[in-house]
Amino acid sequence: MDRRTFSRLMLASAALPALPRAARAVVEWDGITDIARGQTVWWHAWGGDPKINDFITWVGELALERYGVTLNQVKIASTADSVAAVLAERDAGKTTGGSVDLIWINGENFAAMKREGLLYGPFVENLPNWPLVDMAGKPAVMTDFTLPTEGYESPWAMAQLVFEYDSARLTDPPRTIEELKDWILANPGRFTFPKPPDYLGVTFLKQVLYGTMPDPSVLQRPANPATFRRRVAPLRDFLATVRDALWREGRAYPENEAALGQLLADGEIDISFAFNPGRASAEIAAGTLPDTIRTYTLKGGTIGNASFVAIPFNSGAKEGAQVIANLLLSPEVQARAQDATVLGFQTVLNLAALTEEDRARFAMLDLGLATLPPDKIGPALLEPHASWATALADDWTALYGSGD
Amino acid sequence: MTPGLSLQGVQIDRAGTPLVRIDTHVAPGEVLTIMGPSGSGKSTLLAALIGTLDPAFTLRGRILLDGRDVTALPTRDRRIGILFQDTLLFPHLSVAGNLAFALPRGLPGRAARIEAALAEAGLAGFGRRDPETLSGGERARVALLRTLLAEPKAILLDEPFSRLDADRRAQIRSFVFQTIRARSLPAVLVTHDAEDATAAEGNVISPDGRSF
Amino acid sequence: MTRLLRAVPGLTLALMAVPVAAGLAATLGPALAPGALSALLAWPGLPRAVMLSLTTGLASTTLALAITLLILATLRGTRAFAALLRLLSPLLSVPHAAAALGLAFLIAPSGWIARALSPWATGWSQAPDLLILNDPAGLSLTLGLVAKEVPFLLLMALAAWPQIAAPSRLTLAQTLGYGQTAAFAFTVLPPLYRQLRLPVYAVLAYAMTSVEMGMILGPNLPPPLSVQVAGWMTEASLAQRGTAAAGAALQLVLVLAALALWRGAEIAARHGLTGMATAGLRLPGLDAPARLLALAGGAAVTAGLIAGLAGLALWSVAGLWRFPAALPESLSLATWARAAPTLGPITGNTLGLALGSAGLALILAIACLEAEHRFRLRPSAPALWLLWLPLIVPQITFLPGLHRLALELGAGGFAATLAGHLVFVLPYVFLSLAPAWRALDPRFATLAASLGASPGRSLWAIRLPLLLRPLLTAFAVGFAVSVGQYLATLLLSGGRIATLTTEAVSLSSGGNRRLIGVYALLQMALPALVFALALLGPALLYRNRRGMAA
Repeated sequence: MDRRTFSRLMLASAALPALPRAARAVVEWDGITDIARGQTVWWHAWGGDPKINDFITWVGELALERYGVTLNQVKIASTADSVAAVLAERDAGKTTGGSVDLIWINGENFAAMKREGLLYGPFVENLPNWPLVDMAGKPAVMTDFTLPTEGYESPWAMAQLVFEYDSARLTDPPRTIEELKDWILANPGRFTFPKPPDYLGVTFLKQVLYGTMPDPSVLQRPANPATFRRRVAPLRDFLATVRDALWREGRAYPENEAALGQLLADGEIDISFAFNPGRASAEIAAGTLPDTIRTYTLKGGTIGNASFVAIPFNSGAKEGAQVIANLLLSPEVQARAQDATVLGFQTVLNLAALTEEDRARFAMLDLGLATLPPDKIGPALLEPHASWATALADDWTALYGSGD
Repeated sequence: MTPGLSLQGVQIDRAGTPLVRIDTHVAPGEVLTIMGPSGSGKSTLLAALIGTLDPAFTLRGRILLDGRDVTALPTRDRRIGILFQDTLLFPHLSVAGNLAFALPRGLPGRAARIEAALAEAGLAGFGRRDPETLSGGERARVALLRTLLAEPKAILLDEPFSRLDADRRAQIRSFVFQTIRARSLPAVLVTHDAEDATAAEGNVISPDGRSF
Repeated sequence: MTRLLRAVPGLTLALMAVPVAAGLAATLGPALAPGALSALLAWPGLPRAVMLSLTTGLASTTLALAITLLILATLRGTRAFAALLRLLSPLLSVPHAAAALGLAFLIAPSGWIARALSPWATGWSQAPDLLILNDPAGLSLTLGLVAKEVPFLLLMALAAWPQIAAPSRLTLAQTLGYGQTAAFAFTVLPPLYRQLRLPVYAVLAYAMTSVEMGMILGPNLPPPLSVQVAGWMTEASLAQRGTAAAGAALQLVLVLAALALWRGAEIAARHGLTGMATAGLRLPGLDAPARLLALAGGAAVTAGLIAGLAGLALWSVAGLWRFPAALPESLSLATWARAAPTLGPITGNTLGLALGSAGLALILAIACLEAEHRFRLRPSAPALWLLWLPLIVPQITFLPGLHRLALELGAGGFAATLAGHLVFVLPYVFLSLAPAWRALDPRFATLAASLGASPGRSLWAIRLPLLLRPLLTAFAVGFAVSVGQYLATLLLSGGRIATLTTEAVSLSSGGNRRLIGVYALLQMALPALVFALALLGPALLYRNRRGMAA
């Protein structure tokens, strides 16, 4: 910290007691943007999708122009790599100037970082754009896999599980888990899911649980080893029934969402799914999926959650990282993310809280060919407690992981 | 000072086994011939004279060149030239480049000296040629010129004629010996060809010191 | 100066061995934690993952070696051989991930071969549900590894070729009535294999532990052990780090066991060959089938790699391309246009690391070899093993630990990444330069000294120019190795230095074949360019020197 920065911070804190809360936030935020100017933020974000990479590049241009913050994306193959990097840095005693400044995160990765004390915060409620977030209508922005975020991660996109199919080949796709089972059995080799512990693969297992359990509310509590077998019996039945009728007779699985999507594009499967309601439209717009692909959700709803950004405890550019987190919450950036030709991510903002002009940004958006309008997408089911993801992945691996 | 090359009680052993035993003097312009079958220690003796003896051998005795003890000197300071059976012209350099490499540093008029040397050896205008395009006899002459241009005080001949065909051989051999005598250089010839030994006209001994 | 030069070989070996040993210790440490081993043993996929690691590793190495030797035995000197070599040399530099992705697109049920035959020959209007890729027996992984390793072994064998006087041995044996194949096996193979042994060990170790190729081509239920270990190391809950370390330790033990097994097979084969040779078996009948096998193997490897890369190239300009269309329905430069702005800095990083590490490696290799020459050092067998250490010890067992150590020492950024590259680049540079260096007639140096040249002048004016071609080739090899580094770049730069390879692999997790095509092409183009310069430079410089022709 240079002397100028230091004196500015002192000034800001000296003024604190005299000011009411809102004004204090403004002063603090001014100090933060001042310090942020000139900082370089390394954002670790999954690099497997060029659309997302391009979007982040665009955000970086905005950040440099408006706030003098340089944003670099570190394109990672798996968020866990970055979590492991921060952990390695802590173990090595590197408590400042760490390699990760901002990380795209949720679920287990967030739970792990929070548990290990690897996160900086709470910082979210100080972000000037935070009041625009739809906290009441989208509880997932403050609860990540049932774990309260407590201001340690800032939401930037809503995601919901949607199924994708080719309307040229399939007219009436199955709309419940039961119907899906029958469809798989009737069309062997035309359905699969990413291999657990892949995120989307585990989400599919949870969706099956939601559709087959007598009482899905137990999913909101930690998985209990004593009752786990009994609870997941319907899921196990489902998997045992469909296994031989899966793509490759269940002897191989795609690695992740992108690989699953490629199977749909290659015509190897007829029904796919994604954790992004706008993915299909964006792919159609990019010319990588045929324009006959459509999306749908299940009766009773599909699992939804939010994507977040968090700041590691040892970041050397915490102020710059907060500026980026705030910028991601701005109506301008949110509207662009929701544009089907850009990302097709759903916004985390409460449209009613926006100015007329900002609301218009969203109203103008074309949903694209395949995206369901907000009133058709159906309810978003809450993510189960994070312990279920691990338990389900382990159980699946124990049953099917050896390939026998 | 005694001019010439003296081998004073030179003994070379390998792991205690005696290999070379020589005590002799080679006067300027004289050629000492070492004859013997392969493995008899001829090349070992040459390596000792030029300073590249493998550490597996032990060398005793003294090598004196014009009275100066060169036994412990590195190769480059001995001023002993060598001609191998392959001419070993540097293939990446032209004929003139090969000769220029041998010419001591800082001499004025290098190009003229090289041209004069070539002309003297009947190779006028060969300077820019690629060594690979020369005939065997021409190459042998360039190799000798190169050795001489470094102004050695003695010269070693490691079967330098064995690769030449029969009619060229006699011609080159007499050219080499004449040059050596004309320059009054002491020379050591290693060969297993009796004709070479006869043509050299000097003493003929085996590596273990016996005379023929 | 002299003392410094004398110390270079020792320092260089330390440069190889210390990071490996330290990284190994730091990675494997957590394996001793209570419960780590039992967690590993509790994984139901363990027996099959272990078997896969062994079978794919041993089978692919055996096949790659067999094809290489058959090509050398029966095709050397023919026009087919020259063509094969011209095609395979640039393929040596294709990163494993790119080669694997290309092959995957070729052989997948929805891949190029199936498309070319559908629907007219196969009747498939949609991709068939066949387990060709990721097959449980690891066949596609094995074939992918073979395709990637044949060029490497072939070039390593050719580097050793000048040292073993092969042509005269072959001629001699054939005048005694031996068939071409038998002549090769009895007279050239024994000395050749001695030179090829460590490269073969490196191939075996790599084949058993490759993460990228295993992920793309290997079975996935269960995956080969290395892929599973990498998975555990990056598992979100961080709870599996002990399991991962125990798995890495097991992986190391497996590699050592496989090497021991291979050594046993070497001895048996040598006895077999000696027996056959002294029995006087001429075996001329072997030649025709051997030549056929060599042609088939060489052609399959070359065609597979080239068609796979061509497929990726086509994907990079493809619009919509649905099954069973053999060609894209539309072509567009959109992917290239979108990638263009980021390609500049990424190519710059790749070049910086590759030029830096290959240049440093070349200087160190020259210094080592010059020290060997001046001080009459004999390269000992342990020294050679140390040099190969980074190539034989699985990367996944020492890079994570090395990363942690680098952090503790406060190292990071470009310098640390460059040093990491150097660890992998130096062995290849040294091994590709050393045979030519040692094969240079020592009398050139004696002659130069007898003409009064200092050791320095003898090096600069005579020996380095004479060795220009192998020097530049060694540099190009080092350059290519650096371009292909994935784990080392990712871990040691903390992800901050993006290269063509790190981008390509991170994209491969998203399966976007179009963008993967862009990066794979560039990845191949850079080293190919350097190889071309390494060939062209000396050819131009020495166009009037017949003695310097290759």
